[in-house]
Amino acid sequence: MDKVEIYKASNEEVKLCLAEDIKAGFPSPANDFTFESLNITDKIVKNPASTFYARVNGQSMVGDGISDGDIIVVDKSIEPHDGCIAICYIDGEFTLKRVKIHKDSILLVPANNKFKPIKVTSENDFIIWGIAKYVIKKLD
Amino acid sequence: MYALADCDNFFVSCERVFEPSLRLKPVLVLSNNDGCVIARSNEVKALGIKMGSPYFQIKDIVDRYNIRIFSSNFILYGDMSNRIIMTLHKFCNSVEKYSIDEAFLNLKDLNILDYNEFAQSIHKQCKKNVGLPISVGIAKTKTLAKLASRLCKYYPALNGSCVLKKTENIKTVLTKTKIEDIWGIGRKHTMMLHSFGIYSAYDFYIKDPTWIKKRMGITGLSTQNELKGIECIAFETSPAAKQQISVTRTFAAEIDNLEDLKEQTSLYVDKACSKLRAQHSLCTQVMVFILTNPFKQNTPCLYDAKKILFPVPTNSSLEINKNVADTVKEMFRPGVRYKRAGISLSHFVNDKNIQLDLFDKIDRNKHTNLMKTIDEINIKTGKNAIGIASESLKGFKMNRNHLSKHFTTDWNDIIELHC
Repeated sequence: MDKVEIYKASNEEVKLCLAEDIKAGFPSPANDFTFESLNITDKIVKNPASTFYARVNGQSMVGDGISDGDIIVVDKSIEPHDGCIAICYIDGEFTLKRVKIHKDSILLVPANNKFKPIKVTSENDFIIWGIAKYVIKKLD
Repeated sequence: MYALADCDNFFVSCERVFEPSLRLKPVLVLSNNDGCVIARSNEVKALGIKMGSPYFQIKDIVDRYNIRIFSSNFILYGDMSNRIIMTLHKFCNSVEKYSIDEAFLNLKDLNILDYNEFAQSIHKQCKKNVGLPISVGIAKTKTLAKLASRLCKYYPALNGSCVLKKTENIKTVLTKTKIEDIWGIGRKHTMMLHSFGIYSAYDFYIKDPTWIKKRMGITGLSTQNELKGIECIAFETSPAAKQQISVTRTFAAEIDNLEDLKEQTSLYVDKACSKLRAQHSLCTQVMVFILTNPFKQNTPCLYDAKKILFPVPTNSSLEINKNVADTVKEMFRPGVRYKRAGISLSHFVNDKNIQLDLFDKIDRNKHTNLMKTIDEINIKTGKNAIGIASESLKGFKMNRNHLSKHFTTDWNDIIELHC
């Protein structure tokens, strides 16, 4: 006897490719050029694996255009260099400062003359955690 | 050649990234509901605290040595794990995520001149990108790669990477390695091997293969071959579908009424079933269990478990929950205070090949469509927006008194900069 195969009737949708709204007129020439809209993340996040975000709390960096409430885009993978703005961890707190690297010392420089630069010594528990790449601020 | 990248004390290391002052301090992470120890820093290991110790038993040591404790923050750990995988993908296209904190890399298509340098650069890049310490082992087989990465943890001089290639080196390492520390050798086999005087991995390595096959079957033989550099364990880029899905929880407070108990188990059914559907499986067996607090003194420890069989394979939360709720009702004893419950789905089949039952009373298509809609909504909202009706609105309150923030997945929790 021949094998009889029984198939279950499918209720799955079949998706058909449909050209956009063809009416009797001229088809949109833009159909051949579909691109995705711009996404801001593509611009500001180079390395997703090493990108973190942080929020500014305080006024010490206003001179560099970084104010209270702004969001900082941090890339952890970038090597710090003299003069970079970095997310620093000092004695149990995260802060944002411009880092001046001298031969035998490191200075954390604020951008507001109401605040004093911090000289990092071997007494401090200190690391440069990441480098600030972008500032996101809301204009109101 | 294979590489194994294994994060050191992963959960603890994740916590340390966001609280760097803990770099050299003793830190431990507790399981769901702050029950037992599931991750320890090296300092905690040195104090003799064992993996899995119940928290209440070690509270004294925790206080005495000022150990910092964390509730498990799996949302954070999961995100950090993804970052590690992303980093590994920059080095090699075939990455097999083996668990939350380890992954294999298949190096066969890469043209690597210096394996030591390659392993070291993976170690450095993971540290740089994510801030996590990782041990990278490279060898001819997965079992040897695992052994190589393990060596990094015992020999800090290796600086987080180790290539195990030369036969004489492998033999030396095997002599110094206990048999139970080899990947794939479980507790039962260890006991059996010990009874035949096999203690070191080298004893096992030189043992007659026919004896091993007779005693331990083909998997035992595979392990021996892998140690000899003969590849036996396949590389899997897409993880195999799980053969069992369990959800169990300890309650924050004891439960002594049936309705609350049913509410809890319905939450577990929902969770387990959505996992089951995500891997396109159906199950034919569900185990349900309820128990009292085994650590409580002067009260008997009660444990009840029951198996439910489904003649037609299913992944419908509704159907499974109805049966689970009925079973809980059967097992429930009035006056007993329950502390823990769980369900476990097993005996899976693929959802593409359902054997239909002529006498099936359930409209399977209707169930399937409803479940699909529920899953879609929950994925879209990223929360358990809808579930089955007996589920609690207030949800399940876990004891998580030492939870860190969701630094990488919640805008309200991002790092705060004191400026």
